[in-house]
Amino acid sequence: MINPQLNERGELQHLLTVEGLPREVILNILDTAQSFISVTEREVKKVPLLRGKSVFNLFFENSTRTRTTFEIAAKRLSADVINLNIPTSSASKGESLLDTIDNLSAMHADMFVVRHAQSGAAHLIAKHVGAQAHVINAGDGRHAHPTQGLLDIYTIRHYKQDLSRLTVAIVGDVLHSRVARSLIHALTTLGAPEVRVVGPKTLMPAGVEQLGVRVCHDMREGIRDCDVIVTLRLQNERMRGALLPSPQEFSKAYGLTSERLALAKPDAIVMHPGPMNRGVEIDSSVADGRQSVILPQVTFGIAVRMAVMAILAGG
Amino acid sequence: MSGLPDAEALCTALIGQMQGRLPSDAAIVGIVTGGAWLAERLHAALGLATPMGRLDISFYRDDFGKKGLHHQVKPSQIPFEVQDRHVVLVDDVLYTGRTVRAAMNELFDYGRPAKIELAVLADRGGRELPIAAQYCGASVSVPGGQILVLERGDAGRFNLQLSDKRRERKPANP
Repeated sequence: MINPQLNERGELQHLLTVEGLPREVILNILDTAQSFISVTEREVKKVPLLRGKSVFNLFFENSTRTRTTFEIAAKRLSADVINLNIPTSSASKGESLLDTIDNLSAMHADMFVVRHAQSGAAHLIAKHVGAQAHVINAGDGRHAHPTQGLLDIYTIRHYKQDLSRLTVAIVGDVLHSRVARSLIHALTTLGAPEVRVVGPKTLMPAGVEQLGVRVCHDMREGIRDCDVIVTLRLQNERMRGALLPSPQEFSKAYGLTSERLALAKPDAIVMHPGPMNRGVEIDSSVADGRQSVILPQVTFGIAVRMAVMAILAGG
Repeated sequence: MSGLPDAEALCTALIGQMQGRLPSDAAIVGIVTGGAWLAERLHAALGLATPMGRLDISFYRDDFGKKGLHHQVKPSQIPFEVQDRHVVLVDDVLYTGRTVRAAMNELFDYGRPAKIELAVLADRGGRELPIAAQYCGASVSVPGGQILVLERGDAGRFNLQLSDKRRERKPANP
């Protein structure tokens, strides 16, 4: 199978999805990110790797954290960053996606960071620009959010080191979650032995078992003896039709409370990709508690995005 | 390899040159990989109180656009305040001077040192930048197109090796 992310030498040309990414490529990204952590802790938080390169942030869908962390990552690599606010740009005047890309390419863009509500948008752009520029998928529809999956796996490795003995539970709205898909692929590629997805039947994608995960509809059973709990945001804006009676009903059955967290291992860590709905998928006592690593995830996210950009630009 | 000086003897000579020449709070910083091995030796032999540092200059290379990122970049570690300190950069072989240029740039991103000196085991000439070593084990002449590198064998013994042009150091025990 042709992997559109890799060039003919097997190097990363675009980052579109974690699916099908070779183990060595993932490990190289994680190891490189570790080196960038030390850069962000010093006096001058900048290295000259991407000096003179232009990185275009194309966010066709709202995002604060992801866009900001990509911007910081690019700036710490000394790139010039151009943020396009698409809802107020030509796209809203009817310009097609690929026309937008052609115009930006004519401005000598070196890298596109793309977020789009349509699954496959980043693939389409990558196919269009080929070897002329690099494309990073910053979330496409329900499909993939590879840098989030990679920063999640970075966080897990940081706190738990050895992935080969871990039980990981991913809890909540798996159906709409590109974060869950990217993390599942990263975990299975790196050999985590047990990955559980926990949530109501209506928020579970059909055939999710084929990704190599165990499906649990009971929260207590799902998080028992886990090392890592990843809570997902309930994506109200993507809900079509009556998938849930109400967020309150969901919270009663699947919200992560201190009592439920006690079923996991005592040193279990709690993650969330943000933004959180406090009191829905996660209680404040857990989100702000001693086992929460939600804010370190954000910090690691910058280093992981620096690593991805540096590896792409150097390919 | 015939014709190459004994790296252990050069190391001893280098220590002799540096002994008594550094202030008590001077810091030694080795450039990964060979320079860091050498820095470990110098640091122990000179009995410096400041912990030694390590620089992986991959993020500062001027040929990044051509060669990309080196696999297995190691985090740089500078476990002391660089501001106003006398720093001795250490590398195994001094050649074009581009590695030292990159290392100085990185060092300045930690603070403004009072002084930077350079110690190398071997100087093979061929400079492309105005850089010179204050402490040098020996000048070595190397045929063009060949690479001179420091290898660390069993029991940590140093050995200078010639090899054909290549991008990466071979693993210690292939």
